[in-house]
Amino acid sequence: MSSLVPSPTDENNPQTRTGTAALSIRGLAKRFGEKIAVNGISLDVPPGSFYGLVGPNGAGKTTTLSMATGLLRPDFGSVTVHGVDVWGQPLEAKKLMGILPDGVRLFDRLTGEQLVTYAGLLRGMDRETVIERTGDLLRALDLTNDAGTLVVDYSAGMTKKIALASALIHAPRLLVLDEPFESVDPVSAANIRDILAGYVRSGGSVIVSSHVMDLVQRMCDHVAVIAAGTVLAAGTVDEVRGDATLEDRFVELVGGRSTSEGLSWLRTS
Amino acid sequence: MVADLLRLKLLLLRNSLRRSTGQLIGVILGGLYGLGLLGVLVVGLVLLGTAELELIRTILVIGGSATVLGWIIIPIAATGIDMTLDPARFVTFAIPMRQLLAGLVLGGILGIPGVVTLIASLTQVITWIRYPAAALTALVCGLLAVLLCVVASRLVTTAVSSMTGSRRFKDVNGIVAFIPLIFLGPIIGGVTAGFQSSPGFARSLADILAWTPLGALWAAPADVAAGEPGAALLKFLIGAATLVLFLVLWSRSLTHALVTPPYNAVSKRAGGNLGWFARFPATPAGAVAARALTYWLRDPRYSASLVVIPFVAVLLYFSGGGSGTAFAFLGPLTAFLLAWSISADISYDNTAFSLHVSTGVSGRDDRLGRAAALLVFALPITLVFTVGPLLITGRTEDLPVMVGLSIGLLLTGAGLSSIVSARYTYNVPLPGESAFKTPPGTNFTMFAVQFIGWFVMLLLALPEIVLTVAYFVTGQSLYGWLTVLVGFALGGVLLVVGIRTGGRWYDRRAPELLLAVSANR
Repeated sequence: MSSLVPSPTDENNPQTRTGTAALSIRGLAKRFGEKIAVNGISLDVPPGSFYGLVGPNGAGKTTTLSMATGLLRPDFGSVTVHGVDVWGQPLEAKKLMGILPDGVRLFDRLTGEQLVTYAGLLRGMDRETVIERTGDLLRALDLTNDAGTLVVDYSAGMTKKIALASALIHAPRLLVLDEPFESVDPVSAANIRDILAGYVRSGGSVIVSSHVMDLVQRMCDHVAVIAAGTVLAAGTVDEVRGDATLEDRFVELVGGRSTSEGLSWLRTS
Repeated sequence: MVADLLRLKLLLLRNSLRRSTGQLIGVILGGLYGLGLLGVLVVGLVLLGTAELELIRTILVIGGSATVLGWIIIPIAATGIDMTLDPARFVTFAIPMRQLLAGLVLGGILGIPGVVTLIASLTQVITWIRYPAAALTALVCGLLAVLLCVVASRLVTTAVSSMTGSRRFKDVNGIVAFIPLIFLGPIIGGVTAGFQSSPGFARSLADILAWTPLGALWAAPADVAAGEPGAALLKFLIGAATLVLFLVLWSRSLTHALVTPPYNAVSKRAGGNLGWFARFPATPAGAVAARALTYWLRDPRYSASLVVIPFVAVLLYFSGGGSGTAFAFLGPLTAFLLAWSISADISYDNTAFSLHVSTGVSGRDDRLGRAAALLVFALPITLVFTVGPLLITGRTEDLPVMVGLSIGLLLTGAGLSSIVSARYTYNVPLPGESAFKTPPGTNFTMFAVQFIGWFVMLLLALPEIVLTVAYFVTGQSLYGWLTVLVGFALGGVLLVVGIRTGGRWYDRRAPELLLAVSANR
């Protein structure tokens, strides 16, 4: 299964620079009206790493990833992908990235197969490669039987999977996945983890946002904890968590855990 | 509990207003419109009181019946017109049915249409003030009639929404239900003509309506005034029985809806059919064209405009009385409408547009693909709709000038739309919503873009228009052939310029466009 996603170091990726970070974020900031969503975030995703981005709801994860992928123009700061400036040379940078955004619609009046094909053709790939890879991806994500169903009729988990397939089709060197496991069933999630692990082994880099700490601890080698738009801790998973579990460390960093005094009336016995 | 539901409705309204000033302006404008309408209604009803009995009766019965009919039909055409108190949202709360019904009815009155209907039917009392007994009847019957309006509309909404479990039904219904509304103009025209041709027509129409559930409650006061309490009682009973029947039916379907969550039956289908993606060139622009064309056929918001076009032809044919002058301009009109239809393309994409941004499609490819998808079917349709009417009405000598004008408008408009949709976004129905639902808020931007856009389109096509006028004034065929030449040449140039300019704007502003469409969801 790991051979399924084409190697990110093949000839489809012209820009092969070594020594630079897969994704380098410097002083990124964004405000929406009164609210400062992201307040000066700097991160480095080393090449070949599996990077977890964790934080409570509303911490600015999605905003950060949108700015890092060229979907949302930052107020301050810069982003480079393998040394290519995302906001200076957007077309070159986007070729290197596969993006799974969270909370956006898909072109859901297409069938699953058409949607993945569309993503491939938009990237300028040739038809034979697109058709072949679409078949492979649908098989790997267990969507073959629904390939001809309209995406609008998919369940939430299937929608997530088809969006992931659209992000993988051009064999990017960096995958940016915003909440890829949300509402995905355990079997599919395990399949996706295998695919991603194989992808990282072959030299690709992944940054994934999640609030399932357990998953991040098992899957990722690097992690950054962000809250209220700033980085609280970043580094390898072992560095960040120390002796505790990632979840305990996260709660300790972010705070806000309420003691179990309240809601005494909720006890039924 | 009833008071809680009413408070909830007001709270939802207030919070939605707080979200955006655009919405606030929308509600204020809607309120002003309702207030104006109400003013006219009230003054009219008060003045009507001085008329003779027969006229009062005829007008009240026909007007009242139309009101009830409107309350029934409009929710079907505009699915989810006011679902702030959608019964489906109360599924998890244990609210006694009786109180839920009462709350939903009162909540239904609490809104611009409800308040207008209520006040208008209360004003009826003043209309009947010369006949005290009739005035009293009008008070009771008027209130019952308002209840009937709300209950009937809620019954229809509930019945329809339990049917609309499947997406396919929703898609089709959104289009089909609108067709009668297209013909509303001709129907009203026919009824008006009937009024004018024979003065007895309105009276006999009112006589019939008075014995139907639609008009019975509005007719009862007139019978009291005319000194026929028996007939009045009978009509009151018809109205009251209808109200009770509707209440029972509504309560039943609501009970059913509350325990039957919407279920979308979908049959699994294996792949292998790429549709238009297999037929267009395998380039980014070709892919955009294939996607756009798929949407023209599969997304009801797009296909609705395709369905409407044949009806435009029928309307034009009959409106000219068969003389063919209006009918001959079917081609240019179709070209105009079709060309403008892609001017809000990115707004229609909504956040799905993020795929275009994240894959880094160039602005030129995006613009070119969308324009190509339109022209693939718009060119043949425009040609058929230009040539067909001229052949039918036997005006083949006008062929060159009309073809030139149509093609000129189509190409120019497609070019202009390519620029407009890369620059301006406004709230349009969301994916999956009815094509005819007007989204709240920022309507001002929409109207400004539409009207200025139309004006600019006519300005850009001025050479063709001037030549067409010259042709019809002088009757010289030279002007006709010049129109063809200018239509194709100038239209083609403007199309290319539009795609290029739109593409450049798109490249500069794609993230901002995405942010703008994200606001509406």
